[in-house]
Amino acid sequence: MTFPTLNFPVIAPQIVLVAAALIILLADLMVANKRILGWISLIAVIGALAAVFVCRSDSAAFPLALGGPSGPGTMALADGLGLFASAAVLIAAGLAILLAIERVGDFSRFEKPGSEKKQARSGDHPIAEAPGPQVTDRAGAYYALLLLATAGMTAMATASDLMTIFIALEIFSLALYILVGFNRRDLRSGEAALKYFLLGAFASGFFLYGIALIYAATGTTSLEAILHNIQPMSISLPFRPLLPVGMGLLLVGFGFKLALVPFHMWTPDAYQGAPTPVTAFMSVATKAAAFAALIRVLAAVASYDRPWLLALAALAVLTMTLGNLAALRQTSLKRMLAYSSIAHAGYLLIGLAAGNQLGVEGALYYLLAYTFMNLGAFAVLLAVQRRDENDVTGDRILGLAGRQPLLAALMAVLMFSLAGIPPLAGFFGKLYVFSGAVEAGLAWLAIVGVLNSALGAYYYLRVTILMFMAEPAESDQEISSGKVETLQPGWAVMTTVVLAVLGTIVLGLWQWPWTQTIAQAVSTLALR
Amino acid sequence: MLDYAWLMLLFPALGTLIIAFFGRRLGKGVISWLAPGTVLLSFAVAVSQFATLLGLPAEERHHEVVLWQWMTAGSFSVDLALLIDQLSVTMALVVTGVGFLIHVYSVGYMHDDPRYSRFFAYMNFFILMMLTLVLANNYLLLYVGWEGVGLASYLLIGFWFEKPSAADAGKKAFIVNRVGDFGLALAIMFIWSTVGSLRFADVFANADVLVAAGVIGTVTMLMLLAATGKSAQLPLYVWLPDAMEGPTPVSALIHAATMVTAGVYMTARSAALFDLAPTSAMWVAGIGAATALYAATIALAQTDLKRILAYSTISQLGYMFLAVGVGAYASGIFHLATHAFFKALLFLAAGSVMHALHGELNINKMGNLRAKLPTTYWTYLIGAAALAGIPLLSGFFSKDEILWYAWQKSPVLWAVGLVTAGLTAIYAFRSVFVPFWGQPRDQKLFHHAHESPPAMTVPLIVLAVGAVLAGYIGIPHLSLIEGWLEPVFHAGGAAAEGAKAAYPAAWVEWVLLAVSALVALAGAYFAYTAYVVKTSIPKQVRDSLGWFARLVENKYYVDELYDKVIVNPLRDLANWFAGTVDKAGLDGAVNGIAGIAGWLGGQARRLQTGLVGLYALSILFGAVALVAWLVIR
Repeated sequence: MTFPTLNFPVIAPQIVLVAAALIILLADLMVANKRILGWISLIAVIGALAAVFVCRSDSAAFPLALGGPSGPGTMALADGLGLFASAAVLIAAGLAILLAIERVGDFSRFEKPGSEKKQARSGDHPIAEAPGPQVTDRAGAYYALLLLATAGMTAMATASDLMTIFIALEIFSLALYILVGFNRRDLRSGEAALKYFLLGAFASGFFLYGIALIYAATGTTSLEAILHNIQPMSISLPFRPLLPVGMGLLLVGFGFKLALVPFHMWTPDAYQGAPTPVTAFMSVATKAAAFAALIRVLAAVASYDRPWLLALAALAVLTMTLGNLAALRQTSLKRMLAYSSIAHAGYLLIGLAAGNQLGVEGALYYLLAYTFMNLGAFAVLLAVQRRDENDVTGDRILGLAGRQPLLAALMAVLMFSLAGIPPLAGFFGKLYVFSGAVEAGLAWLAIVGVLNSALGAYYYLRVTILMFMAEPAESDQEISSGKVETLQPGWAVMTTVVLAVLGTIVLGLWQWPWTQTIAQAVSTLALR
Repeated sequence: MLDYAWLMLLFPALGTLIIAFFGRRLGKGVISWLAPGTVLLSFAVAVSQFATLLGLPAEERHHEVVLWQWMTAGSFSVDLALLIDQLSVTMALVVTGVGFLIHVYSVGYMHDDPRYSRFFAYMNFFILMMLTLVLANNYLLLYVGWEGVGLASYLLIGFWFEKPSAADAGKKAFIVNRVGDFGLALAIMFIWSTVGSLRFADVFANADVLVAAGVIGTVTMLMLLAATGKSAQLPLYVWLPDAMEGPTPVSALIHAATMVTAGVYMTARSAALFDLAPTSAMWVAGIGAATALYAATIALAQTDLKRILAYSTISQLGYMFLAVGVGAYASGIFHLATHAFFKALLFLAAGSVMHALHGELNINKMGNLRAKLPTTYWTYLIGAAALAGIPLLSGFFSKDEILWYAWQKSPVLWAVGLVTAGLTAIYAFRSVFVPFWGQPRDQKLFHHAHESPPAMTVPLIVLAVGAVLAGYIGIPHLSLIEGWLEPVFHAGGAAAEGAKAAYPAAWVEWVLLAVSALVALAGAYFAYTAYVVKTSIPKQVRDSLGWFARLVENKYYVDELYDKVIVNPLRDLANWFAGTVDKAGLDGAVNGIAGIAGWLGGQARRLQTGLVGLYALSILFGAVALVAWLVIR
């Protein structure tokens, strides 16, 4: 047995992130001002992003691989696709940290039941920095878990072996389960975490069983080896009929993480119950990581056969339609955005179902666009959400334009982009995936997508109408008349929103650096 | 240097954003420097571009600045790119130069308006869009600018939206323009599907593909439709007189000097296409000549000072169309440039009169204003004389050139142009003599009249100097502007040279020049006689013309005709659709669909029971279905 050679640049982002998470956990014991921990984690994310760019310049021609040169037997691959998705994940993580930096206390501080007695006894518990003896602040754990989840997601984006994909999936899933249930003061947060965890475990079973069957069918878990082994006239595979069963089960696992219908049922509950910054993060970053892995798996295992594409197309239709329909009638904006992100997973899947260069390029572009606009939309919800709340209903934003014109205008841009109105990024994302579908001969799928966009426009535009054309609800009139504490979004939240809006606009108007990178990333995949 | 052309767009873009977002916080003082300042900076860049181009040999005066690739989907790709050549730089100079003066004037004119910052945000936005239109290197970006200036125009016409007439005028302008814009969109789609590119250079190089495909006539006629909308030609001119409801600087900038010339610019830019479609070109010339004459007759009978100028603008735009229609693209652009000066001047002077008389615009209530408003009077006189084509002023040279080219094409077009020139001189001087000479007709108004502040009079003086001098870049036989612009329109060169050789002898040109000078002077003399010496003449003329006079006074009843033939039937049809078809049929169906969607949504919500077991069951069913499909396939 030979010791595998390590190519450190490939896992440099993960090393940075995990190291930072450990440092934060230690520092949490010593630092009184928890905001410092936020800055450390932000720096770590920026460092990881820098590592991704260094890796990219190194690997323009020959993608670096973990565990030997690129080829069968590699565990991770720092190719264009992996680095692009990693960058999307890291952007989402950075924005989510910035978003939480001022508001993390809303859900990380809690009163310990009966802690007064304990406090008196244990002098070695270094939580004296909390204002009251019975208050504890777990902000450090929050940042550490977020970084660990990010590390898992970036690992999944670059993983090139089914086992690495699975391990990465579990790493970030475990961190997310805890993050969803982070708000101890809100019962729904705990309920959401429990549901997410139970179903996640259930779906992981499918995922792992799928891997086992694929291994049985092909004799390997390495994606490149699978691609090689299932070529016609390659080695004989006695259990080859198990391959579609294995792929089906694997797809269930992916469908769960991507919130595809009918594997989506956990999504609204988890997104609504989780603290808003966590929702913002997991709604975009999980999708970036899982879509990258799914693209890689499909390119290797499915080799883009027609039945696969039709299965994906059917999932896409179900996902878009059900997501949009359910979003129509929601009163909670957080839940509405949860269903909206289900619908967007459907649009993204159109690009994969097209199975051609243009479609996959479109899906990657859409992924980045979606990262900015969806995260921005959740950030706006956090901005209008009071400190003791974890949800926003429609009447909270009634007449928002009169009270906070800038915030309302930014939200309007995000809503227009989500609805797919040119020249914003959301429009071009849809344009590209739909053109991919048309080019692949799936015009009907593009038509269903367009009809769904029309359905989606209804509830996105309703938000702008509520903000700009409606009078504030009574409780908010009290707020604006000064009877109740005025809602002031902090500078960090506003900066996050502004950055997300900038991303949405820039991605729409200044496309070539992105489309070029994406085209390069997709060209190395074995697509037809 | 040419690579920095994008700076021209950057300054007004920054101005728009800053004023739109922070305008109220910045205060009037800052805005009154910032808004004209951004346009001045753009003007400075345009001048440097011009100087750089001058330093290059003629065949190298064509530079494309690709900022970035805007979008690519399959084989469809559009760049965000600027084209710097003689034509676009000339247009940019006019837009930013005249635009700057009008911004300065607006600082004075709009001073007491409560929506001061919004006004300047719109104005800077207009400059940005107009520059996008003239600097674009492809039809799609041109279309972006085309729609953008339409939006700015709509917002600014309806700027005082509390007045129902202003809000209606804004709507009318927008809707009429949409008819034309529709043509441009179709033309662009035709070009794309035939040539496969929207870049000007590619399209013009492959113009013969359009000919071979048999769509060149369609494309050019659709462009003409677009141009008649934006440039207010027959039959889509009706929005422009109403557009005078906007603030006067807007009328000067958008509805006289710049935006309305976009149609002329686009036709000239597409010269390579119109050269291959002689029938369409003939239509352009014919519509131009007819509009020129038609609008001039209406201008004779108007009593509202700004409306006289509006019809005069339509008439002068007709001259420009006549020019580009007969292939004299350089002369068309030359007239565009001189017209920008003298018409902006006339409008701003009219605004100054309005300012002095508290909004009164009826010339029959004015009189002897030259005693009270000397600067306004003298500058207005210069502008009117230039408009009338009095020799040695700018309008004379540019109009004469157009008539000279029209003569070569067809004496009929020339005759129409000449009659129009006579009428132009009459109404131009009528608008001088009636308000500024004679006795005050309304003592109270006259008593309160006062000269405008320097922010308004200084731009008048500068524009007046321009209105005198701008013509000298186009003196016959020495014409600088023609030599400057000509390479843009006839890249081939040979055909143009051949045409030049067939021109009539030089003495013909001098004779025609003398004739048009005489006609202009005669028109001015007639106006003097009729409106100063013997003021009974207009009444006699009107009586002797009988029904025709009433026809002209009522603007040929075209608005009424459109109301009767198009607007009312459409409204009735719309009412019928709204009342019968929609309420009973469609609305029911749509409500039904929305109801179904809502009901489905409700059902989808009900699926979400919150029971984990059910969720897991859903996953299981999905897994079974998926695996079954993949195994059976």
